[in-house]
Amino acid sequence: MTSVIPFVRNEMLPEKEPPLRERGVVHWMRQNLFSGPLNTVLTLLGLAVLLWVASHVLPWLMHSVWNASSLTECRDIITQRFGEGATGACWAMVKERWHQYLYGFYPMDLYWRPNLAFVLMFVAIAPVLYTSLPRKMLWFTAIYPALTFWLLWGGSVWTPVVAMLGFVILALIFRALVGKLGVPVSAGIGVVVAALWWMFAQGPVSDALQAAIPLSITTVDSDQFGGFLLSIVIGVTAISASLPMGILLALGRKSDMLIVRTLSVGFIEFIRGVPLITLLFTASLLLQYFLPPGSNFDIILRVIILVTLFAAAYIAEVIRGGLAALPRGQYEAADALGLDYWQAQRLIIMPQALKISIPGIVSSFIGLFKDTTLVAFVGLQDPLKGITTIVRADINWKGIYWEPYIFAGAIFFIICFGMSRYSMWLERKLKTDHR
Amino acid sequence: MKNTVILGALSVVALSAGMASADTLADVKARGELNCGVNVGLTGFGAPDANGNYQGFDVALCKAVAAAVLGDASKVKYLPTTGETRFTALASGEVDVLIRNSTWSFQRDTDLKFDFVAVNYYDGQGFMVKKDLGVSSAKELDGATVCIQTGTTTELNLADFFKANNMSYTPVNVADDSEGQRQYLAGACDVYTTDASGLAASRATLPDADNHIILPEIISKEPLGPLVRHGDNNWGDIIRWTYFALVAAEEYGVTSANVADMATSTNNPEIKRLLGAEGELGKMLGLDNEWAKRAIAASGNYGEIFEANIGSATPIKLARGLNALWTQGGLQYAPPFR
Repeated sequence: MTSVIPFVRNEMLPEKEPPLRERGVVHWMRQNLFSGPLNTVLTLLGLAVLLWVASHVLPWLMHSVWNASSLTECRDIITQRFGEGATGACWAMVKERWHQYLYGFYPMDLYWRPNLAFVLMFVAIAPVLYTSLPRKMLWFTAIYPALTFWLLWGGSVWTPVVAMLGFVILALIFRALVGKLGVPVSAGIGVVVAALWWMFAQGPVSDALQAAIPLSITTVDSDQFGGFLLSIVIGVTAISASLPMGILLALGRKSDMLIVRTLSVGFIEFIRGVPLITLLFTASLLLQYFLPPGSNFDIILRVIILVTLFAAAYIAEVIRGGLAALPRGQYEAADALGLDYWQAQRLIIMPQALKISIPGIVSSFIGLFKDTTLVAFVGLQDPLKGITTIVRADINWKGIYWEPYIFAGAIFFIICFGMSRYSMWLERKLKTDHR
Repeated sequence: MKNTVILGALSVVALSAGMASADTLADVKARGELNCGVNVGLTGFGAPDANGNYQGFDVALCKAVAAAVLGDASKVKYLPTTGETRFTALASGEVDVLIRNSTWSFQRDTDLKFDFVAVNYYDGQGFMVKKDLGVSSAKELDGATVCIQTGTTTELNLADFFKANNMSYTPVNVADDSEGQRQYLAGACDVYTTDASGLAASRATLPDADNHIILPEIISKEPLGPLVRHGDNNWGDIIRWTYFALVAAEEYGVTSANVADMATSTNNPEIKRLLGAEGELGKMLGLDNEWAKRAIAASGNYGEIFEANIGSATPIKLARGLNALWTQGGLQYAPPFR
């Protein structure tokens, strides 16, 4: 008799692969694309639409022509290469006119100036965006606006220097008086004195300095600005100026002081009540009537001022949302610590309110940057319509339709996508709750 | 009521703005530059090229005026104006003269307080159709879909024309010329209508130009010309007679090439007066006696400007038509220089 040896498994079985339909691509597809009759239909419909679009767009993109001197030549080349009736993209236009899309009519031999200003812009905003960088870099950020103004418009170096002196005067007065008179009054006196400086001393002082130490570069007029140079100048200036204004307006709207509150509410509601295009027409048309004839108040400056006011009103409401989201206890805690109003705002309220408002602020900025294309309606050469109209007016490129839009759209996308990614990074970095 | 007050105040300000710079000639001379309001982009008439230099039929007149007044055709500052901003730019003194293919109409001449000093191009609204539509006259367009730019006088002309001929149509609204051309090509409409000069330029750039025809009917009058503000007649005279000098030059065979020789060699007293070899015509305008000579030398006489920018040698291939000299059956006619 043979003894029965009981089976005892003394090692673990190796894990088996799940059945075919429960793993890999098939599983993923069953789960995500074909999980039910409705989803199956939707997936098939989606695929059909995708195929249909691709079948129209892809050949057009594949037939791209990069070297030609006119649209007709492009078409000839496409017909020659791909047969009768083939259509294709004519990127030769972009190759010939890209510099107008980027710089407008800025003199070609001076392109290094906007380029330099653009590169320096990143140096200037880096310490603002990334707090890990040395704080000393903020000094460069402070002089950057004047430096850029000088680089872009040229002329005497003393004009921006003297203008910056106005801010220095403002800061000195504020420093000297803030201990005795408090923030609002000393800031107000500072602003008034600085404004007097700009109105009466700016011209004579910069002329005198220029006469003593002549230092100037070629002047470039505002009407030579165009394309993305114009969009970025308007966009960046308005973005950086509207944030502080928006913060003040939001605080003003929440203030207990009747006049401050009424003025803030009135300003915000008025600006938000009219379309941006109305403000642009005001900038270009109405102001012309009120200013003394012959006074040439720069059109780009006028547009920047009104776009800034427009953005500030929206930012103010976004920040007010952030302020409203803060629990009452935060304000009370600040009071309990014995902080005064401005200290409480600076150290406790604003850091939290701004953090909450980041998505809203960034969408306002993205919207503002894209809105800069509206300046086409007041005769400025924006990249989307202004420059495209000019390109199409050339008999060589008349009739070109998608290519300029795709080109300008791609650049807009890169810039706006960059802003949006930065804001997401910032949100993650500042996230302090539920860790 | 409130509106009226504001409007009234506005127009007073506007008026005083116009009055204050009543001596445009002196202003331009002091500035050393002519501020010329031009189109931001109209094929053949005014648009900057790849290097940013303005070129075109209207632009050539800016150059001629600058040459006459300042002695240098390059001393022009071109201010791009849109359809919305052009008249304010002129009224507020931002530009000295507006040469932006603007139609001379009663309301613009009187109510807007401008003077149209000449007509440098007689245009009119036309129709373009595909050949295989089998239409040879605009009167056969009953029931057609028509691509039409909104907010323009062409829209009103179209409605008038179809109503007058007891026909119906379906409008397809487009925002601008490139949009219209696109829709027409894509088959969204049977007919594309705009100014005949624009149609010719559009047709020239179609991939299959031979399959499209421009119908013979011209349904509107669009006299395009330079305009100035009310209140400075001398400045208006300068623009008007600079233009007439170009037209007269074509009539007498004075070209940019032979203008220097003609001034000395000619025996024709009218040409002598025109070119400043005889008489004191320039002084009467407040300019020197060689003004017309310089204007003609800038970009040539009227015919040369036409041929170089929009004429048969260019891809646009516009025929002279109404814009031929009066001696050749057209409407271009310069009063005598005496």
